[in-house]
Amino acid sequence: MTAFGKLVRTTAFRLTLVYLFLFALFAASLLGYFAWNTRRMITEQISTTVNAETGELSEIFGRRGLRGLVNNIENRALRPSANLYLLTTLNGQAIAGNVGSLAPGVMGTTGWSETAYRRLDDQDNTDHRALVHVTQLSSGFRLLIGRDLEERRRLFGIVAKAAQWSILVVVVLGIGGGIFVARRVLRRIDAMTGTTQRIMAGDLSGRLPVGRSGDELDRLAGNLNAMLERIEALMTGLKEVSDNIAHDLKTPLTRLRNRAEEALAKSATEAEYRAALERTIEESDGLIRTFNALLMIARAESGQARGNMDDFDAAEVANGIHELYEPLAEDDGMSLRVKTAPVPVHGNRELISQALANLVENAIKYGKPAPSAQPQGAVVSMDAKQILIEVRREGDQVLLSVTDHGPGIPAADRKHAVERFVRLEASRTQPGSGLGLSLASAVATLHGGELRLSDANPGLTATLAIPALKGAGDRLAVQTQDVPQKVA
Amino acid sequence: MRLLIIEDDRESADYLVKAFREVGHIADLAGDGEEGLSLAQSGDYDVLVVDRMLPKRDGLSLIGALREKGNHTPVLILSALGQVDDRIKGLRAGGDDYLPKPYSFAELLARVEVLSRRHGGPAEETTYRVGDLELDRLSHRVARGKDELTLQPREFRLLEYLMKHAGQVVTRTMLLENVWDYHFDPQTNVIDVHISRLRSKIDKGFERPLLHTIRGAGYMIRDGIR
Repeated sequence: MTAFGKLVRTTAFRLTLVYLFLFALFAASLLGYFAWNTRRMITEQISTTVNAETGELSEIFGRRGLRGLVNNIENRALRPSANLYLLTTLNGQAIAGNVGSLAPGVMGTTGWSETAYRRLDDQDNTDHRALVHVTQLSSGFRLLIGRDLEERRRLFGIVAKAAQWSILVVVVLGIGGGIFVARRVLRRIDAMTGTTQRIMAGDLSGRLPVGRSGDELDRLAGNLNAMLERIEALMTGLKEVSDNIAHDLKTPLTRLRNRAEEALAKSATEAEYRAALERTIEESDGLIRTFNALLMIARAESGQARGNMDDFDAAEVANGIHELYEPLAEDDGMSLRVKTAPVPVHGNRELISQALANLVENAIKYGKPAPSAQPQGAVVSMDAKQILIEVRREGDQVLLSVTDHGPGIPAADRKHAVERFVRLEASRTQPGSGLGLSLASAVATLHGGELRLSDANPGLTATLAIPALKGAGDRLAVQTQDVPQKVA
Repeated sequence: MRLLIIEDDRESADYLVKAFREVGHIADLAGDGEEGLSLAQSGDYDVLVVDRMLPKRDGLSLIGALREKGNHTPVLILSALGQVDDRIKGLRAGGDDYLPKPYSFAELLARVEVLSRRHGGPAEETTYRVGDLELDRLSHRVARGKDELTLQPREFRLLEYLMKHAGQVVTRTMLLENVWDYHFDPQTNVIDVHISRLRSKIDKGFERPLLHTIRGAGYMIRDGIR
């Protein structure tokens, strides 16, 4: 598309054309109205003069007879730029006046008419036009009095010329203005297009230029920039995930492969093969779990799970998780307690349950009192082995926290602990994917909250802080009906 | 049991057919959605195993078409999409169970057997009996022989589910889904601990154990050794 073609196609230019047409129409009608009114006024003026003269001359004819009238007409006809006068007999013979010729039939009808005429003293042979009035006098004489219409014609000419010029000016100014505006808009749009093309080509850090005028294009650019910001964050997240997958899934895959190879090379008995295969299945199950957790984190972080939210009671979730994990904690020599008050929240129940389950699993795994911290031979108190799940409302936030009294996480490591695949030194020996806290954090972020890690003196408190349901008060639409159980 | 497997990946389909035949079931195979639909309509199958993403006609639309024609054969959906919302979508489309890939054959077999039994089985009973163990679903009473047993509410639901599927393998995931309504995988052996508690209540001190661990698959409640 040529530059001009592009210009002509802009909305600004098209709008200009519409306005141009409207303005031209307006100017034309204004001038038309003016011209028509002027013409009417002039015609009125002429007829007033002619009527007055007709009256005067009729009176002279009445008082002084034909001779007086002829004299008077001759006198009047001699004045410069005078009106037209013609006095005829019954059979059309001219007696007095300054009219040389008339269109045929004018003298035959009385009253007003417009006619071509020629003066007696005219040098050129051109016809003029006049507005004339014919009166029937007594004894068959007819008197014509009229006035030249040249003035009216000239005035009309001036108006027509003015119309031409003004329309020309409107068109030129309009098209010029349209091109100016369209080019201005086009330049900014082109700048935006250029940036978006660079972004599409892969440079995600590009941002649209935002002017200072705060007009609609600036607002659009600002919004697009916010969108780009989000896309970039998502892309960075995705890249991080794929980097981590590459790094941390390849390790167990390699291990899996090595074991299979080793079994193939060294196993002699069926029992050995069986053992190797069982280990392989175990390892691949672990891989699948890691993979699922990664996908879930990615989905939570991208906000896809937002569609699946409803209102429920956070305490109910905490009680459910407590019920599920209590025997496990007890078997591990810990005690799991729960302290809740009904707190309505809006969210993805499944994800919040899983996040809380992860925190509880972590507490059971890593929250055992450190043996070194206890005096030699001292009996570890029951309190130190307690894990507490707590749900409460604090201001406009709902806090779901899990507190243990284990070694905790040093303040410097806390931020680090939430990252994907990070397994702190203390936990290396325990099984786990290193994704538990990352998932909890992603779930909190999805709900517009955060995961907080704090010191429990000693131990660790992990808190999911999410916004409380607005205006819920005591109204609590807790769903006690579970998802229909299909395998039943 | 007659099964129809609708799966486009030849290798996993052949594996499934072979594996089902080895445990004594009859399994047919369809390679795409259209073929699957016509076979499912003409054949008399107990359970359909349908891959969600199929050539020619996807799994969900196949199920929709079947249900529309009044065919209510239980369907288990296999899918690489394992998230909760995908699962809900699958069940809404008319599926009866949903198993994300990759799955273990033991898990698939257990679920398929439960589905087939439900289809042909008798109406819901109010009392379940396995050996001398008796569970009354209305009064929430459990007794073994003459001994009344005291169970926690969740233990009751766990036992109820196991007894409802007495003689069938029930996997850990099935228990987590149906007794607790969670659809995530715990990283720990949390279900095993609940089972061992339940076992200590119903089997401890009795000569014949009823609650059995099926290695590599899950659990089963049954009387005696078959």
